[in-house]
Amino acid sequence: MISVLMFFACLYPVFLWVGLGLTGGLTANPPEYLIRSSGEWALVALCVVLLATPLSRYARISVLLKHRRMLGLFAYFYSILHLLGWAFWEQGFGLEAMWLDVVTRWFITVGVVAFVLLTPLALTSTYGWMRRLGRNWKRLHYGIYPAIGLSIWHFWLVRAGKNDFFEVWIYLAVVFLLCLPRIIQLRHHK
Amino acid sequence: GISYGQRNPEFGADEKLTPEEDVTTYNNFYEFGTGKEDPARYGGDMRLQPWKVKVDGEVLRPQEFDLDDLLKLAALEERVYRMRCVEGWSMVIPWNGYPLSALLKAVEPTGNAKYVEFITDMQPDAMPGLRSRIIDWPYLEGLRLDEAMNPLTLLVFGVYGKALPVANGAPVRVAIPWKYGFKSGKSIVHIRLTEKQPETSWVRIAPHEYGFYANVNPDVPHPRWSQATERRIGSGGLFAPRLPTQMFNGYGEQVASLYSGMDLSRYY
Repeated sequence: MISVLMFFACLYPVFLWVGLGLTGGLTANPPEYLIRSSGEWALVALCVVLLATPLSRYARISVLLKHRRMLGLFAYFYSILHLLGWAFWEQGFGLEAMWLDVVTRWFITVGVVAFVLLTPLALTSTYGWMRRLGRNWKRLHYGIYPAIGLSIWHFWLVRAGKNDFFEVWIYLAVVFLLCLPRIIQLRHHK
Repeated sequence: GISYGQRNPEFGADEKLTPEEDVTTYNNFYEFGTGKEDPARYGGDMRLQPWKVKVDGEVLRPQEFDLDDLLKLAALEERVYRMRCVEGWSMVIPWNGYPLSALLKAVEPTGNAKYVEFITDMQPDAMPGLRSRIIDWPYLEGLRLDEAMNPLTLLVFGVYGKALPVANGAPVRVAIPWKYGFKSGKSIVHIRLTEKQPETSWVRIAPHEYGFYANVNPDVPHPRWSQATERRIGSGGLFAPRLPTQMFNGYGEQVASLYSGMDLSRYY
């Protein structure tokens, strides 16, 4: 039951977009709105994944931890939508134009690398892969940290032209706060 | 009320207009915030009366014009221009105004006048965006004098046959259809003719991304995106393909000669 609720909660952005679409709320430039919104929701979902462990450990609320796989897969889902939005609305699915964008533009390169890093995490999210990979599964899934770092860097580069970093700083602060207990713990283990 | 003039059929007669709602609610006007909806949302407190425009610098007859006098300086007409934003989107807009050259001739530029600078108003209590330091306010734009005198360069008082809304640069702005939209200064209070090239706002912020000329050019990419295509706002819904961007936004016949012999990848 909780997992069904969780599933629909994770679909909130999709419901939001459909609702805005039906009421003419996607701005005068819906493609750009949807590209940006999907990117931001991917980042939000990654932050929620990072929240799972500290919430369980310090607040004894384990609902996120229990459904962390679903949250992670939704983060990947919104990343795919973000990537598809760029590929379709910016590049018209032109492979040459897409490749040129990836190799000549830093912010695209950084975003694509973040997406590539998340891909093996999504693919190995099943119990079967957890069993097969054993201890290496956890090592592999530390990949979420560089992926989030690159996502925020990508966001920063997007905003660099307008010198408008307010939201970037907020995400950076949130991620830093979520990582703080982990950093402290790492030092205790030494 | 004022009549904003008849449609001049020489300009854009075959174009499909961008809906008025999109033209007036999707704007870059950072004085009200960096969001596209911010100008329409937060523009309500702006003081538009009285409005004076000072024209000075390298001119024989420096003057301060009341808006009403400015409106009477030449016959208003409506022209449909394409507007290409440097961000990769475009609109087709019916502007109401007259060529800027009429105003410039009235103040008689001296032989030293080579450039024209446009200075946007600052109203701190009505413009929440002024609190951010993205731009070193006020917003400054500029043209070479021959660009400013080109018959295409329009001094604009209205859009869609009505007085300009704040979001579109009320009560007076310029429209320079062969250049990226940011070149067209809004809510102008001061026009200065100078001998030296003015230091314009976006060139100051990011000279490697935005040049003084900023002519629409599909062959010179922005460092962060291609300029080869554009998304026409308000046409065809989610699956409309992007349009190829035209050199000088399709106004090459009227303006290409201004740049003969210039390397446009260097003077972007």
